[in-house]
Amino acid sequence: MKCHSVGSNSHSKRSDIRKILLMGNPNVGKSVIFSRLTGVHVIASNYPGTTVGYTRGFMKLGEEAAEVIDVPGAYTLEPNSEAEEVALRMLDTGDVIINVVNATNLERNLYLTLQLLERDIPVVVALNMWDDTKHRGIHIELDKLRELLGVPVIPTVATTGEGIKELVGNILRAVSPDNPVRSRDERWTTIGSIIDQVQRVIHRHHTWRERLEDASVKPLTGGIIALAVLASAFLVIRFIGESLIGYVLDPLFNTLWAPVLLRLSDLLGGSGFLHDIVIGKIAGGEVNFVESFGLLSSGLYVPFAMVLPYIIAFYLVLGLLEDIGYLPRLAVLMDTIMHRLGLHGYAIIPTLLGLGCNVPAILATRVLESKRERFIAATLISIAVPCAALQAMIFGLVGQHGVQYVAIVYGTLFVVWIILGTILNRAVKGFSPELLIEIPPYRLPSWRAVLQKLWMRAYGFLAEAVPIILGAVLVINILLFLGVFGAIANFTAPVVTGLLGLPKEAVTGLVIGFLRKDAALGMLAPLALTAKQLVVGSVVLAMFFPCIAAFVVFLRELGAVNMLKSAGIMISVALITGGILNLIL
Amino acid sequence: MSDGKQITLVRMQIGQSGIVVQIQGGHGLVNRLNSLGIRPGKRIIKVSSMIMRGPVTIEVDRAQVAIGFGMANRIIVELD
Repeated sequence: MKCHSVGSNSHSKRSDIRKILLMGNPNVGKSVIFSRLTGVHVIASNYPGTTVGYTRGFMKLGEEAAEVIDVPGAYTLEPNSEAEEVALRMLDTGDVIINVVNATNLERNLYLTLQLLERDIPVVVALNMWDDTKHRGIHIELDKLRELLGVPVIPTVATTGEGIKELVGNILRAVSPDNPVRSRDERWTTIGSIIDQVQRVIHRHHTWRERLEDASVKPLTGGIIALAVLASAFLVIRFIGESLIGYVLDPLFNTLWAPVLLRLSDLLGGSGFLHDIVIGKIAGGEVNFVESFGLLSSGLYVPFAMVLPYIIAFYLVLGLLEDIGYLPRLAVLMDTIMHRLGLHGYAIIPTLLGLGCNVPAILATRVLESKRERFIAATLISIAVPCAALQAMIFGLVGQHGVQYVAIVYGTLFVVWIILGTILNRAVKGFSPELLIEIPPYRLPSWRAVLQKLWMRAYGFLAEAVPIILGAVLVINILLFLGVFGAIANFTAPVVTGLLGLPKEAVTGLVIGFLRKDAALGMLAPLALTAKQLVVGSVVLAMFFPCIAAFVVFLRELGAVNMLKSAGIMISVALITGGILNLIL
Repeated sequence: MSDGKQITLVRMQIGQSGIVVQIQGGHGLVNRLNSLGIRPGKRIIKVSSMIMRGPVTIEVDRAQVAIGFGMANRIIVELD
């Protein structure tokens, strides 16, 4: 299908372009260009048969819609990683490539460019971060570069949108110069000669930004910066989350939704099995959204008004930290500690993600190289990293008794994270591979890209959580009606009351924790537990099993045997920690 | 002119620069480092190193790369 003729003025036919591939090294602003080209409607998918994710969307090209694919970042088409393998395979499915190149690091980026030009597919080059070349004293002769590469080269600044229009206009002018296939050394030689002809670098003194960049990977200053960043991230997340709840969602539920529910409650006769499932228990003519436990009360309130605000706040801050370029620096700082846990510094990124939701966190352990690392990381995340849903409930319930109890919960989880990691590092055979990552410069993030990512993540949470919460509420109501929990409570009473010091009714909550952590703490709310019991309850809930969604992902990602091993570790650690807390508090 | 002194990345001082002369490792390591722009003949500057055998950060072609301690120990640099 691909028609191209020899020479630099060959055109690809407009009607041929169905699929546009965005390809480039990691950290070149590919995703920002992607969000500039496509609208809000983007789809995150998984490349079949692999663990590599990518996003796709659509753009208008002339009169027709074309699919745009944000191909995983690759340094080379001689794959060193699974992501690069996927990039290579996707190459054959596209009609045209937009090769995003970091203008401030032309030499290394051109390696992939040369490989792409050797292929039989039209290419247009987006010379991104063009504004940065000026700050850094880099001068690139565009016309010469176009001539040497034989394809259109468009300078762009994705974060501001500069050059994007021209880039779109040049997609139809993309060509495939008939370059011979070269060897690695020949490519580097060619690149050397291109660089000599097109690039001049004037030495500049360090800017403030560069000083800050250097300071954030040095032990002392880096540590201080990390503490400041993490502390402010935490404060901002709490502030946004609480404001959304206090000023937006609570008022919405209390003034708009509660009257509707009360009307409906009357229509359903005020009590009875169906009433309790749909509306839940209503006491004193008021809807208690946390405790009533009906589909339309707690079933909606918990995901939308208790958890979603924190999900939004968390992913907004995380997205900003990602796009500013801070996370790789944190990985460098944490590397030494993470090595003690059998991981390397990069594992801090899935771990941080776990503070939002364990599901994407366990998926994100894919960035780690070995199965051993993934097992350790996923087990530690499942046990010691509380998700936003659980944290919202910890703050809501335990926080009522005072901040010190919240601190005990977090402190316990952190200590367990360290101790368990150290044990796993000794116990699981193998070694921890080493860190090797590029540290991108600090950049001002583009709001557009940050919000697009936030939207995808928040939507992903709702799509995943709401059906499960509603299902859980339904199942729990039926089981309560059938008296099943009473039987389980009696059966497990020795462990729950004897070891953990919780009333036997708390079992219901713990069992439900398997479905959703947030729903589970909701079940503990009406039991009038003491502060100590709430602390034990939250810690055990956090540790003893991931929610069903995380469980399924764990199973799919690491297999049944690893899941069983991990589950065994989870139950033992939860009981031991809960027992100890019960004794010493 | 260089005085020809060759040491590993780990033993370089912060702020020192030099030319990579050798990567003592298998094909896999050499390939991974190459794709990040680290290959014999390249000029690099050491930016920082973490305490307790932590990673070494270097600058190559105005880009920074963090390299685990063990790997950094296998990269030989001829000091300027």
